[in-house]
Amino acid sequence: MSVQNITLISFGYFEKDVLEQLAESVEREFRCSLNLREGHIDLSEFYDTSRRQYNGNNLLKHVDSLAFPESCKTLGLFNVDLFIPILTFIFGQAFLGGRSGIASVYRLNNTSYGLAMDDNLLLDRFKKEVIHELGHTFGLIHCNTTTCVMRSSTYVGDIDQKRMHLCHTCRIELGLQ
Amino acid sequence: MARKISILIVDDEESVRESLQSWFIEDGYRVASAENAKKALTILESDEFDIILADIKMPGMDGLEMLRRIKAHNNEAIVIVMTAFATVDTAVKALKDGAFDYITKPFDPDDLTHLIRNATKQISLVDENENLKKKLTSLENVEDIIGNSEAMKNVLRDVESVAQTNSSVIITGESGTGKELVAIAIHANSPRKFFPFVSVHCGALTESLLESELFGHEKGAFTGAMYNRKGRFEMADNGSIFLDEIATISAKMQVELLRVLESKTFIRVGGNKEISSDFRVICATNKDLKSMVEKGTFREDLFYRLNVVNIHIPPLRERKSDIPLLVDYFIKKYCTTMNKPPVTIDQNAMNRLQEFNFPGNIRELENMIERAIVVGDGKKITLKDLPLEKTIVSNTVESLDDFESAFILQILNKYSWNISRTAKALKVDRVTLYNKIKKYDLKPSDQQ
Repeated sequence: MSVQNITLISFGYFEKDVLEQLAESVEREFRCSLNLREGHIDLSEFYDTSRRQYNGNNLLKHVDSLAFPESCKTLGLFNVDLFIPILTFIFGQAFLGGRSGIASVYRLNNTSYGLAMDDNLLLDRFKKEVIHELGHTFGLIHCNTTTCVMRSSTYVGDIDQKRMHLCHTCRIELGLQ
Repeated sequence: MARKISILIVDDEESVRESLQSWFIEDGYRVASAENAKKALTILESDEFDIILADIKMPGMDGLEMLRRIKAHNNEAIVIVMTAFATVDTAVKALKDGAFDYITKPFDPDDLTHLIRNATKQISLVDENENLKKKLTSLENVEDIIGNSEAMKNVLRDVESVAQTNSSVIITGESGTGKELVAIAIHANSPRKFFPFVSVHCGALTESLLESELFGHEKGAFTGAMYNRKGRFEMADNGSIFLDEIATISAKMQVELLRVLESKTFIRVGGNKEISSDFRVICATNKDLKSMVEKGTFREDLFYRLNVVNIHIPPLRERKSDIPLLVDYFIKKYCTTMNKPPVTIDQNAMNRLQEFNFPGNIRELENMIERAIVVGDGKKITLKDLPLEKTIVSNTVESLDDFESAFILQILNKYSWNISRTAKALKVDRVTLYNKIKKYDLKPSDQQ
């Protein structure tokens, strides 16, 4: 994989430090340059009153419509509860082999499960989720390696079990090895 | 060599189909979708899916009716029903009609993952079970290869060395020498052993039937083709295909076969989709293919494509030292099958079996022993239990004297050397019989 540009757009408030650490991890994992941007949208347009959640499909389409000529992949960062019609919630989603993805910190937070806040754990989970969705945009499907960041995760415990990195096979797949 | 699981999503809501499709694609499944039951059934006529995930409430035919139709056609199909209107009644109804499971929309991602994992596990178990059954059958059959003679040791050595390769093999030998057993032994000792061993008796099928048998057919390809059917090449994917009596196939089939062997791809009869399959080909014949090539009745290019390795199984008359071992084996086999106490064989009978030429080879010997156990006294097989008299003459005669000598000896043995009864049976007087015995120097077996 040649060096490519990735853009992370934050929609909603994120600590500067969080975004910088996130950017650093992504740059290191994909060996690419990274742009950090702020996005401004009216999230109420994506709110589903019956589900009291935000429609992940529509948000993904919106992020995909934001074309950045200098960037080959774009990932939208959110802090709201995302859903798609068939699932009760999602951590994030992406176009497989496409140019866009989204990830939300909302369901990664311990407080969503009645547990005490843990900032470090939350940041780790968010990094993993962002790298995971970006992996999909590069064409990677779910990996069976237990510790690979591309392993499918349907609850936070799954995310905690995997590492923040792509496994050897996935790295070879992306030409990073 | 685990295969890719395929999923068909049936739902009238586009957003549901799209979401599920991308979810499953990210998980590495092969996915297709249909917006209603009718379209799904049409897709299922031309393609096969491991899991069908279907909505219950759909305009037109509902999910439950579709489930019944799918199950009527393929009872093994794994159908998971989903609905936004969960009631115990519909769940019970769906499960009674054969649904694998039931899920309520919207799903918890974890529930969906577990559900599909369970279905996949079930598919793997069924596949594994079938492969193990096939493997066990193969291994049982391999034990049927009995022989301590140098000739058979050579055959087994060849089997062992060729099994590890992917080369095509032609097994030659007379009828009844056990060519299929050798083919199974090659498969069972090869890295393909956990995958199917598919056998086709080319001689038993007409050209068009053989074509449909080997390549499969699409629904409506010909009268009576009610459903799509996989061909033997497709069934043998990752395994081995055994083409028995290869010399009997027509010139047209020879061309078709050559093409498939070269490309490992084919098209079902009446179809247009190219299908690829990874199989190893093992052929057998009791004909001399080389001379058929010289006469122009068998394609030379096909012959060389098939004849990478040749294993020749000698006829039983050329390895008579194996007869006692084989007799012992068949006695044990049939006593066990018929639930009878073990029997023995008397020395006279064994000697006569070793003199016999067995034109039908091992198959003939096996049938003889089976019959002897059925008609015998249940303790010992004797000459009278063996149907040697009807065929012995044809194996040994080279002259009229040979014929007469063998025939008289046969009748003498039948009547346990009772001269009066033998003479009466031969319709000669006792003096003539004594003269013949003297002329041909005939003696009872135990005095030879």
